[in-house]
Amino acid sequence: MAIKWLIDASYFVAAILFILGLKGMSSPVSARKGIVWAGVGMVLATVVTFLTPGMNNFALMIIAIAVGGALAWISGKKVAMTDMPQMVAIYNGMGGGAAAAIAAVEFARGEMHGVVVTLLATLGALIGAVSFAGSVVAWAKLQGVMKKAFRLPAQNGVNILLALVTVGVGAAIVIAPEIDPTLVGAFFVLALVLGTVITLPIGGADMPVVISLFNAFTGLAVGFEGFVMGIPALIIAGIVVGAAGTLLTQLMAKAMNRPISNILFVPMAAAGGGEAVEGEQKEVGAMDAAAMMRYASKVIIVPGYGMAVAGAQHKVWEMTELLEEAGVEVSFAIHPVAGRMPGHMNVLLAEAGVPYDKIFDLEEINGDFPQADVALVIGANDVVNPSARTDKSSPIYGMPILNADLAQNVIVVKRGKGTGYSGIENALFYKDNTRLLYGSAQQAIGEVIQHVKALSV
Amino acid sequence: MDGFVAIYIFMLAAFTGYEVISRVPVILHTPLMSGSNFVHGVVLVGGMIALGQAETPLEQAIGFVAVLLGAANAAGGYVVTERMLAMFKAKEKN
Repeated sequence: MAIKWLIDASYFVAAILFILGLKGMSSPVSARKGIVWAGVGMVLATVVTFLTPGMNNFALMIIAIAVGGALAWISGKKVAMTDMPQMVAIYNGMGGGAAAAIAAVEFARGEMHGVVVTLLATLGALIGAVSFAGSVVAWAKLQGVMKKAFRLPAQNGVNILLALVTVGVGAAIVIAPEIDPTLVGAFFVLALVLGTVITLPIGGADMPVVISLFNAFTGLAVGFEGFVMGIPALIIAGIVVGAAGTLLTQLMAKAMNRPISNILFVPMAAAGGGEAVEGEQKEVGAMDAAAMMRYASKVIIVPGYGMAVAGAQHKVWEMTELLEEAGVEVSFAIHPVAGRMPGHMNVLLAEAGVPYDKIFDLEEINGDFPQADVALVIGANDVVNPSARTDKSSPIYGMPILNADLAQNVIVVKRGKGTGYSGIENALFYKDNTRLLYGSAQQAIGEVIQHVKALSV
Repeated sequence: MDGFVAIYIFMLAAFTGYEVISRVPVILHTPLMSGSNFVHGVVLVGGMIALGQAETPLEQAIGFVAVLLGAANAAGGYVVTERMLAMFKAKEKN
């Protein structure tokens, strides 16, 4: 009995540490302490679980923890900062897979009693499996393994039909007096297919919202399986994450002015391409770009996914410092969904050493663009597309954007003439006061730095 | 576990999660998503208990997968979050 008390008390302390940890992570000052507290909670919960009476298979358990933990630890240490979003996606998917696997073990044991327990186990299995498959697809897309968005004919119809069939099979499992292995097997296959099919057509611009949504999903799945296994620590941690993740997803979807249901069921490309854009893209060389910024009084930099892909944040900061030495006022404008995750750009700029007070949110800086001599757009596209304000037929009409087009001059650093990840034409690139600096952000900004240095001597 | 007690836990935990995140600056959204991703890595504990109770080879195999994935979620989630937050720390000194 003393052991049982020790285990329950430890789970309780772990749950408190998780909540305090998350709370700590909500402020830059206490954020590091927050993750350490949550980490202590995790170690505590894991260690006391070994003391649970009546358990077997300890060798298998230790091997699984050692292998899974070590592989993830090493890959997490090695991955480049720019690849973080897909790492979060894949680790999240593994959590969802673990929740689904727990449900599978419980089904195989056939010792679940009562409709409520079976219902929650089934729900958790469904959500966990969808999160697992969807996260793997999200990872493959962001990692570049999977380049294009795949669309089935009548995608929405297929999604709904598949979801209905999956839920139907799930209901049959819950209602049936005995657990039917065939039904359970079919249910898991259906859930995995559903997660894959839902995620495949979603474009890169929506990926931050999708990763956040799957993070919330995994939380819920963990919470439900926690109920099935009777472990309150799992319920609390899972549901807290489920609620927090849902709110975060809403905040992001709101920033894009697109309801979550639209993102899942009406992918951007399907909504029509918007009006054709007239005019042509006008090129500029690194030397002219350098001169325009060096002799400006105010420059606003708008970073996007292109900067992350090229890993150009250090170069961008180096250029900023040079410009400031020359007396130019430089600030950074961050769109809430720039990059592939909310705060993605903030993390990269922080890594490069850009101070907080130079970084501004959309609402803070949008009024400043008309006073800026140059808006430097580095690998951002949809978040500066003026069609969102003007063109009602555009799929992104109504999405709040950074008004870079209102600056006196716009320089866009871009790899080529394509339309980018979402496939939507950007009217900004064709405006009279816009110049395009072709090349990867790393190389283009590097050349600009050389020319700024030359001008400063 | 008593059904209503579980519903109370669900409800209170949901409010807690909602409150905890509602005051987060945009700058911390990515680390926080990563951090909450780490917290649901506690699914590892559920996986361990499921594997501990497994008897047939099938149950053992699935339980093994559950622990493997749960451990990866927890370990990977921690490392990635810690690395992101370490950058914020380094910058405050400047």
